[in-house]
Amino acid sequence: MVEAKPLTSNQVVTIKPAKGWLGIDLQELWHYRELIYFLTWRDIKVRYKQAALGIAWAILQPVLTTAITSIVFGYLLKVDSGNLPYPVFTLAALLPWHLFQLSLQKSSISLVGNANLITKIYFPRVIIPLSSVLAVLVDFGISLILLFVAMAIFKVSLTWTALWLIPLTLLTVLASLAVGLWLSALNVQYRDIQQMVPFLLQIWMYATPIVYPITIIPEGMIRDIYSLNPMVGVVQGFRWALFGGTPPDMSLLFSSIAVIVLLISGLFFFRRMEKTFADVV
Amino acid sequence: MEKDTSIFVRGIGKRYQIGAFQERQDTLRDVIVSRTQKMGNLFRKGSSKSKKEEIWALRDVSFEVKQGQALGIIGRNGAGKSTLLKILSRVTDPTEGYGELRGRVGSLLEVGTGFHPELTGRENIFLNGAILGMQKREIEARFDEIVDFSEVEKFIDTPVKRYSSGMYLRLAFAVAAHLEPEILVVDEVLAVGDADFQRKCLGKMGDVADSGRTVLFVSHNMSAISRLTQESIVLDKGNVLLRAPSSEAVDFYLNRGLSKMGERYWEEDEIPASSAPFKPLTIRIIDKDGHVSDSVRSVDPVTVEIEYELTGDITGLRVGYYLFTTRGEPIFTSFDTDSEELFREFTSRPKGVYASRCIIPAHTLNEGRFVLGVNASSYHIKRYFQDDQALSFSVDASGAAGTQWPEPRPGAVRPALEWKIEERGRA
Repeated sequence: MVEAKPLTSNQVVTIKPAKGWLGIDLQELWHYRELIYFLTWRDIKVRYKQAALGIAWAILQPVLTTAITSIVFGYLLKVDSGNLPYPVFTLAALLPWHLFQLSLQKSSISLVGNANLITKIYFPRVIIPLSSVLAVLVDFGISLILLFVAMAIFKVSLTWTALWLIPLTLLTVLASLAVGLWLSALNVQYRDIQQMVPFLLQIWMYATPIVYPITIIPEGMIRDIYSLNPMVGVVQGFRWALFGGTPPDMSLLFSSIAVIVLLISGLFFFRRMEKTFADVV
Repeated sequence: MEKDTSIFVRGIGKRYQIGAFQERQDTLRDVIVSRTQKMGNLFRKGSSKSKKEEIWALRDVSFEVKQGQALGIIGRNGAGKSTLLKILSRVTDPTEGYGELRGRVGSLLEVGTGFHPELTGRENIFLNGAILGMQKREIEARFDEIVDFSEVEKFIDTPVKRYSSGMYLRLAFAVAAHLEPEILVVDEVLAVGDADFQRKCLGKMGDVADSGRTVLFVSHNMSAISRLTQESIVLDKGNVLLRAPSSEAVDFYLNRGLSKMGERYWEEDEIPASSAPFKPLTIRIIDKDGHVSDSVRSVDPVTVEIEYELTGDITGLRVGYYLFTTRGEPIFTSFDTDSEELFREFTSRPKGVYASRCIIPAHTLNEGRFVLGVNASSYHIKRYFQDDQALSFSVDASGAAGTQWPEPRPGAVRPALEWKIEERGRA
C-alpha cells in the first residue's frame, strides 16, 4: 500500500491502476477521523430536522414497536416470555435489533446517497457506511434510557452483568457494519439491493428470538445453525445481561465468529469494489 | 520524481465502456437478461459480437508540473479534462499509467460539494471543510476569514436551504478558497456568481498561485486562463495536443476550431444521474437561413434550440438558458415558459422528446463571443440539469447600428434604438 496516507507537505502520493485485493488501511482511516466525526454528526443532525418531535423519535420508535409486538405476540398469541413481563422481554431484544436494523438500512444506501461526494472528492470510501452506522449508535444510546425506565416500572433490578451490554453492543455494530459493507458496495452496482433490504430485515427479524423465546428452536443441529445469525447471540446476551437467567453459551461464540468472517470478507470486498464507485454510482 | 516537481504523470489513460454505460447493468434482472442473451448468442452464428464499446476518455497523457507553477488545462467538453482532474484528485483510478503527486491535493471539482441544505451556514463550513480535507482546528482558525469572504455573516446560523443561490455559492467558494493544500485542482468554479464576486475569486486564486502552491486550472474562460496560468496544455479527444505558454495555447485552441461547432450533443457520461427524468440531447444555434452555425450576424434574428427527452412526466418544468460573455458575465436569462400563455399551457409535460426554441431578435447582441448555459428546473422543486458552458458562438456586427464607425463598442448588447434629434431653435 503505497498510495493514500496524505498530509505532510512533502509526502508523495502515487497514482496507478489499482489491482487485486487490498486490505483496509487503518492508518489512513485514523488520519481521516475528523471526517468520520463530521459525517456522523451530519447524519445525526439531519435525521430529525424539521420533525416536530425531533430526537424523541429515537425513543418513540422502540416504544411503538414494543407496544405492537406486546399486543400481537404477548397478549393475543400469548407467547411465553418466561418469568419476565412480555413488554420488557421484547424491549430488551428490540433495542439491539433496532440498532442493527437502522444501521443496515442506513448503511446499505449510504454510498448511493453520498454519490455527490464520491464523484468529487477522494477519501477512504469505507468512511461513508461507517459513519452512517455510528450515527445510529447515538440513537441507540438515547433509547437505552427507555430500557432503564421500563425496568424501573416493571421492578427489574440492574446488576453488574449489565456491563456486558458494552461488548454486546459492539458486536451488534460490527455485525451491521459487516453486512452494511457488503450491501452498500453491491448497491452501487445493483440498485436491487435497496429493494431487497426491507425483506431481508423482515426475514432476519423472524430468524432472531425477539418476539419469541429461543427455547422454541429445537436444540442440536438446528439450534447451532440458527445461532450462526449474529443477532441470536446478541439478543440472548442482552436478556441475560439485564435479567440474568441462562448465560449465553456457544451461541455467542458462533455469532462472534460469524461476525468476524463477514466483517473481514466485507472489508476486502468493499475495497475491491471501491475503485469503480466513482465511475459506476 | 525530482524534489521541485509537484505533479508527474506518465502515460495516464482511462477507459470507459460506453455500451455498458448506456444500458447500464444496474439491476440484477439486466445482468440475468444479458447473460442469457450471450448464452443464446453462442448458438447463433456470427452474432456473438459484444455490444460493448470502449472509449478512452484519456490516453497516454504525460506531463510534469513544477512546484508553485499554475498550469491551465484547455479543451472542449468531452476532451478529457474532467477525467484528468478526477484521476489527479484520486476520485477515480486510471486504467493505465503512473503518476506521483507531492503533498496534499485539494480539489475544487465543484464548489459546495457535501453542503447539506438542512444545516446552517456555520455547520456547513465545518462539514464542507472536513470533506475538503481541512482539520477542525484549521477551520476554526480561519472561520472568521471564511465568513468575511463569503459576505453572509448575518445568515450564518440560518439553514443554507433558505439562502439565495448567490449566497450559497459565495459561502461554498469561501470555504474552498481557504483550503491550503500543496496542490490545488480547480474546475470551472469561476463561472459562478456575479462579476464582483468573480473578481474576488480570481484574486484569491492568484494569491494561491503566488504563495508557492501548485495550481491546476480547468476553464472555458480563456481570459482567466491567460491571467492565472503561465503554461497550459490543450486536450482533445483524450490526448495532449500541445503544451505551451498560456497565451500561445489559448490562440491554438481558439484557432484550431476546437471550440467551434454551433451545436452541442450531450454524451451519456456528461449527464449526471440526478438529472433524470430530464435528459438533454442537443443545443444549437440556428441562423436566419435555418443552418446550424457557430457564427451569426447581429442584424439577423438568431434561434437557440434546445432538444431534450423526458423519460417521465415533469410538472412545472422550465427549460432555458443563460447568456454569458466569455468572461462569464451574465447578459440575460430566459426560460421557455416565461410567457403567461406557455406557462399555463405547459404546467406539466408528459414523457417524450421536446425541442424548446427561442428567437433572439435581430439587433440584440454586440459583436464578440458568447456562451450559453442551459438550465432545466422546476421552480423551488428541483434543478434537473444545468450546464453553464453548454455552447459558445460568435456574433458579427457588420451592418449593425453604428457600424459606420469602425470602432469597437463596449457592452454585450447592441440594440438599434430609436433616436430623435430636434432642432430647438438657432442660437
